[in-house]
Amino acid sequence: MTAPTPAAPIVEVTDLHKSFGANDVLRGLSATIRQGEVVCVIGPSGSGKSTFLRCINLLESPTSGSIKVGGEEVNDPDCDIDAIRRNMGMVFQQFNLFPHLSVLENCTVAQTTVLKRSKDEAQAKARENLEKVGLSEKEDAFPAQLSGGQQQRVAIARALSMDPKLMLFDEPTSALDPELVGDVLSVMRRLASEGMTMFVVTHEMAFARDVADRVIFMDGGVIVEEGAPEQVIGEPTEERTKVFLQRVLDPTHVEAGAEDAAYAKRHVGEVAADDVDERHPATHGRNGGGAGRG
Amino acid sequence: MSATHTEAPPKKKLSPRRRAQRIRWVQYAVLVGVALVIAFVADWGQIQQQFFRSDLIRTTLTEGVGGALKNTIVYTAGAFVIGLLLGTVLALMRLSSVAPYRWIATIWIEFFRGLPAIIVFIAFGLMSLAFEGFVIPYDPYGTVWVALGLVASAYMAETIRAGIQAVPPGQIEAARSLGMPSGVATRKIVLPQAFRVITPPLTNELILLVKDSSLVYVLGLSASGYELTKYGRQLSSDNASLTPLVVAGFCYLIITLPLSIIVRRMEARQKKER
Repeated sequence: MTAPTPAAPIVEVTDLHKSFGANDVLRGLSATIRQGEVVCVIGPSGSGKSTFLRCINLLESPTSGSIKVGGEEVNDPDCDIDAIRRNMGMVFQQFNLFPHLSVLENCTVAQTTVLKRSKDEAQAKARENLEKVGLSEKEDAFPAQLSGGQQQRVAIARALSMDPKLMLFDEPTSALDPELVGDVLSVMRRLASEGMTMFVVTHEMAFARDVADRVIFMDGGVIVEEGAPEQVIGEPTEERTKVFLQRVLDPTHVEAGAEDAAYAKRHVGEVAADDVDERHPATHGRNGGGAGRG
Repeated sequence: MSATHTEAPPKKKLSPRRRAQRIRWVQYAVLVGVALVIAFVADWGQIQQQFFRSDLIRTTLTEGVGGALKNTIVYTAGAFVIGLLLGTVLALMRLSSVAPYRWIATIWIEFFRGLPAIIVFIAFGLMSLAFEGFVIPYDPYGTVWVALGLVASAYMAETIRAGIQAVPPGQIEAARSLGMPSGVATRKIVLPQAFRVITPPLTNELILLVKDSSLVYVLGLSASGYELTKYGRQLSSDNASLTPLVVAGFCYLIITLPLSIIVRRMEARQKKER
């Protein structure tokens, strides 16, 4: 490894577009992740933040735009994506541990097959990382025997065992029971304090505020606001950010129906008129009848 | 319908429980009735003579049922191995990104699934006449293995394909995002999980193969190649009694019943794990 020059960019995304059929999910994103940085992406569901993250290791192939990882263009048909993925750990919302392998084997299988490490070396590395996530005593267990929080920590250890330069987290705590979220977040917090470069899609505002160096707020497939957490979460300037944060941070005092209005505003023009009629035939009929009588 | 109809007196309606009870009694009555008729009408002496003649049972058991049982098992096991290997390759071909591979696999599977297995056996029996000098090694075992294995491969390929597709896409994503090339991900992550899912249906396939191995009679075997059916049939016609065939039939059950029980156990365990 070369000496880490401060703030060397690890990922550079320029004008990223992604559409599924006629549905434009990402509409021109540009962002940079620098060495040692913790970047959290927040935003309403459907804003494209998971797709953004999945484009970085090419689990989704971008429609257009450029993604450079360590200076190498990912969105190039001839790039060696396996080599690039080796340097990037990925943690999924649904953990995706390998159910037919023990916890230890989950952490060694890619080391031995991809990195060609010896079995002993791989196991030593795996144990070191299981220790780090606090699950040393579970190395012989199978994923089905673990709680969601434990599974997610194994998934983190599995990714770390490849010695990645960057860790991607795709809503790592969203599938967990509330009382299990803390364990996973504290592992991530420790990882961040050790200087790991992290790109985290999350709904945990407290985590983003405490741990992130930078927060990106996404909505409708674009970056709406970006900056230090105290700025984006503390004093957002954009109206959409304010509305989103208010809803997330104070969900018991949200005006009923505001979500629908916000949704309609975001997707204005996307819903055909007759489609609306179909969904509210009763309303439509009553209005029609009322008009006739009036 | 006539316009005049007299009002029927209000019948007392049975409660659902009573009705169910009555239906159950009728069912028992029918069962007992049929059993009584069979017991009185059947010629038990003749039945015993035909199906369970004790001296013939002894002859069948001592004269070489062991060899026949062994042959049935060897035929089946070899065919199963060939079918499994070929079936895995075919399943991967059906899921290949190379279109001609998909076509070939589909044609192969539809061809051998659509044919009666006996035609395949007859064809292999005639092969040495059609192509002079064409010999499959380990005769007659090799021929049986290949013929039965080809038929089995078609069925197994479909089972294996279903198993592969039952592996959640998140598993492949996880494997690939660890840097595994797609071949490694298939070998290390997808196939082991797929085979865990399909062990019960594959065992059912094995049971079918045990029975289909009886078709080797069309190959024209020497006595050392006899399997259970051929052996029982030979003795039955020699002695003009069905007893040897009955013994052979029971020998099949010795193989298939334990397999059925294993399948049921595995299915129960999988249901619990889920």
